[in-house]
Amino acid sequence: MKLCPHHFFQSATGHWKFQRITAVLLVPLSGWLLVLFQLLFNASYTDTLSWLSKPVNNIALILWMLTVCSHAILGIQVVLEDYVSDVSWRSRLNILNHVWFSLIALSGLICLQLVFWHGGL
Amino acid sequence: MSDRRRPLSPHLQVYRLPITGLLSISHRITGVLLSLALISVVYVLACIALGDLSYQALQQQMISWLGKLIYVVFIYALVFHLCHGLRHLIWDIGKGFNRNQLTRFSLYELFASVVLTIVWLSLSF
Repeated sequence: MKLCPHHFFQSATGHWKFQRITAVLLVPLSGWLLVLFQLLFNASYTDTLSWLSKPVNNIALILWMLTVCSHAILGIQVVLEDYVSDVSWRSRLNILNHVWFSLIALSGLICLQLVFWHGGL
Repeated sequence: MSDRRRPLSPHLQVYRLPITGLLSISHRITGVLLSLALISVVYVLACIALGDLSYQALQQQMISWLGKLIYVVFIYALVFHLCHGLRHLIWDIGKGFNRNQLTRFSLYELFASVVLTIVWLSLSF
């Protein structure tokens, strides 16, 4: 099978590099998710909102959302390639994989923007 | 080649996986579980965006025993996936492949994942 070098996700080397780049980025960015969870256990709504409304925290979580969804797409794609032997099913499930995690990223970004610009609904 | 009943190799019910193999499949399983759990992060963000009442309801769910149990599993899966991921990055630069190192690094990795999880959970609760 000839791989198209212009399509990043279809090129094996591109896939490998992008998986590593997103993994390295997720090491610091996941810190913001952990702080958010810690706030959820301990902080009032006003405190959590004020933390999420700070540009540095909001932008870090936007970057986390985009990076983690890209990392998930790449990872699930490998799992599908390894375990789904039927080529047409593998291809369909891979499209579903891309659509699902793109929707997750989009929904997360909308929520973060609502908090940032409007302080929630 | 078209016979789908041909035996698997290694036969997973008979072959005893080395610790590196067990950690490798665990890395994959935690990766899939964490990917599926992303929907719950969206749920959390939506609860915050929807206002004070939904935030308080979310907090009640999180401090329940079930909420805490899910959180503990989530944090361990995340930390374990991170530790094994760092090991993949070490392998990517061509280091850590001889047999002693494989077993030793596996134990370090498990130890680090448990310690980091305990540290983080003690900060959260």
